Amino acid sequence: MNTFRLALRALSRNKMRSALTMLGIIIGVGAVIAVVSIGQGAQYIVQQGIQAMGTNAVFISAGSNRAGGVRQGYGGVKTLTMDDLNAILQEIPLIKEASPALSSRQQVVYGNQNWNTQITGITPNYFEIRTWPVQAGSAFSDEEVDIAANVCVLGTTVEKILFVDENPIGKTIRIGNLPFRVDGVLESKGQNVTGQDQDDVIFAPYTTVQRKISGITWLQFIAASAVSQEASVAAVAPITSLLRERHRIRNGDDDDFLIRTQADIADLQNQTQSTMTYLLGGIASVSLLVGGIGIMNIMLVSVTERTREIGVRMAVGATEDDVRRQFLVEAVTLSMMGGFIGIILGLVGSALISNLLGWPTLISGKAIIAAVIFSAAVGIFFGYYPAHKAAQLDPIEALRYE
Amino acid sequence: MAAECRAGSNEVFETHLMADQIIVAPDLPGANPTKKPVIRLENVFKTYDLGEVQVQALRGVSLEIYEGEFVAVMGPSGSGKSTIMNILGCLDRPTKGRYFLDGVDVSGMSKTELARIRNRKLGFVFQQFNLLSRTSALENVELPTVYAGIGPEERTKRAMEALTRVGLAQRAGHHPSQLSGGQQQRVAIARGLVNRPSILLADEPTGNLDSRTSVEIMDILQTLNNEQGITIVLVTHEPDIAQYAKRNLLFRDGKLKRDILVQDRLVAQEVLKTLPTVEQQAAEDAEEENQRQAKNDTLA
Repeated sequence: MNTFRLALRALSRNKMRSALTMLGIIIGVGAVIAVVSIGQGAQYIVQQGIQAMGTNAVFISAGSNRAGGVRQGYGGVKTLTMDDLNAILQEIPLIKEASPALSSRQQVVYGNQNWNTQITGITPNYFEIRTWPVQAGSAFSDEEVDIAANVCVLGTTVEKILFVDENPIGKTIRIGNLPFRVDGVLESKGQNVTGQDQDDVIFAPYTTVQRKISGITWLQFIAASAVSQEASVAAVAPITSLLRERHRIRNGDDDDFLIRTQADIADLQNQTQSTMTYLLGGIASVSLLVGGIGIMNIMLVSVTERTREIGVRMAVGATEDDVRRQFLVEAVTLSMMGGFIGIILGLVGSALISNLLGWPTLISGKAIIAAVIFSAAVGIFFGYYPAHKAAQLDPIEALRYE
Repeated sequence: MAAECRAGSNEVFETHLMADQIIVAPDLPGANPTKKPVIRLENVFKTYDLGEVQVQALRGVSLEIYEGEFVAVMGPSGSGKSTIMNILGCLDRPTKGRYFLDGVDVSGMSKTELARIRNRKLGFVFQQFNLLSRTSALENVELPTVYAGIGPEERTKRAMEALTRVGLAQRAGHHPSQLSGGQQQRVAIARGLVNRPSILLADEPTGNLDSRTSVEIMDILQTLNNEQGITIVLVTHEPDIAQYAKRNLLFRDGKLKRDILVQDRLVAQEVLKTLPTVEQQAAEDAEEENQRQAKNDTLA
């Protein structure tokens, strides 16, 4: 457009000043783009991790604690039982498998190594539900569950601490004060979404844990898998009504359990990540504001310096609107050029950092569009006052200006 | 008939020609009552309100200027000559009275309307040239056409025409910093002409130029006036410059005191022949320097 080219000519008369003025916008936009892109890369990684947990899974935890994330309800609510689990398996065909789970922290000893860790009682189908394979030895059997055998499967962290380089299969460790035979070692799962080490755990038959270790008869949670991903979502309602009936919960009262599907966990994580990313982006936008103030300052100086020029333009026929438009366009040109450069720098920066971290480089189309709109808005908003001042100059005074 | 012409003095204007009379010579268009004036001021007053004090810059000025005239406006500071130029140039409005430009009453027009009038009907030339720096001569001359909403090709064409008229077509791409004072003023004149206005208004156009260049500029103005009939109104405090015009208006204390035809008008072409050229000037200066040295040597 014509006015745009004229603005470029005017700005190029003082290249250094124009470049320095754009710097604030460049940094602001670049920072926002980089932060959002990196944040999205991080989100993607986390989502992948969540997927790895098993997509058809449904987790029912005792206790109505609704404060975010999957919490294994330690204590409090005692109403979740094996009978509930069996009822679910029997009456809800969408659910294929279910395993009970209850935990207790115990001191664990082997030789002269000891460690305090979580002992979780389950049935062996838990590993399948959680897609958590055994890498050495084997899981215990259903028969061993029936007889509450003193057998266990170790997570890799526990294995490394207790056994260092020794082969743990077949060896006996002490859990609490009871001897347990190690049947297998699980594959490493790494950290979970809330940062806890998932490999710092020992699994044993739930019957053993209930009767010999913790002494409780109820369950802390039930891990179930549905026949499909859609089924896992569809199963939430029937499980809810079944449990409410079994637990004799009246209409209007809260559930005394919490059901989470894979999708729920994924969503929650997504939300948290998003919020974080946009919060950081918002902070980075502060520099956009500073950049805008910079533009306003420079435009004001520019107007003062060009007072004579404005007088001449008015003398040869420029109206107030012409003058105002000219300076507004110059300001917007500055801010949008800064915006484009910032976008490019931001993308390059985020690509570099993502590469360094081994994350995928995700380009957020939304963030780019927002950056473009914001740059234009900053230009218009902060350029308006100087443009207005320029337009209001009296041509006679302006022509006399030294 | 001694004219007291002390250069730079404010008392210069008391020529003894005819005291206090408005003279209209038979060959001026004003003598023919059916011809309409390009500029007509009707009892114009201009008062500036400075809070406690009110300054009356113009007190009932009436005058007419016809097409093809070449008028010089003179007066000491505070006489109202600058104010008159501002009003004629539609940069300011009269407090009372009316200003008819090309028959149209512009005294009550809005700022925007006045801007359009300036663009179409007036050309300005300033003492300090007022060209845009770091911009080519061509683009400088184009400036008024930008505000006339003319397309890029037509703009360039008109600007080149104007530059040709002032003899600077070959310098179209130069920036003001690459042009001499005289050349810059010529670019400014071209800018003033580019929209083919009725009137050229010049405010001390030779104020920043040396003697020879001043005459060159007056030559251009006289040529434009003679050959193309452009009406020229210029403000000056130098009586020499005023002698190049055809008519002089003398202002004092906000009133038009004298309106006289110029006798013994100077013709720039002729004057140029009598002035030394740059080379001759250099030779003269060298000669002067030698003579002075010789005198010093003999004294020593």
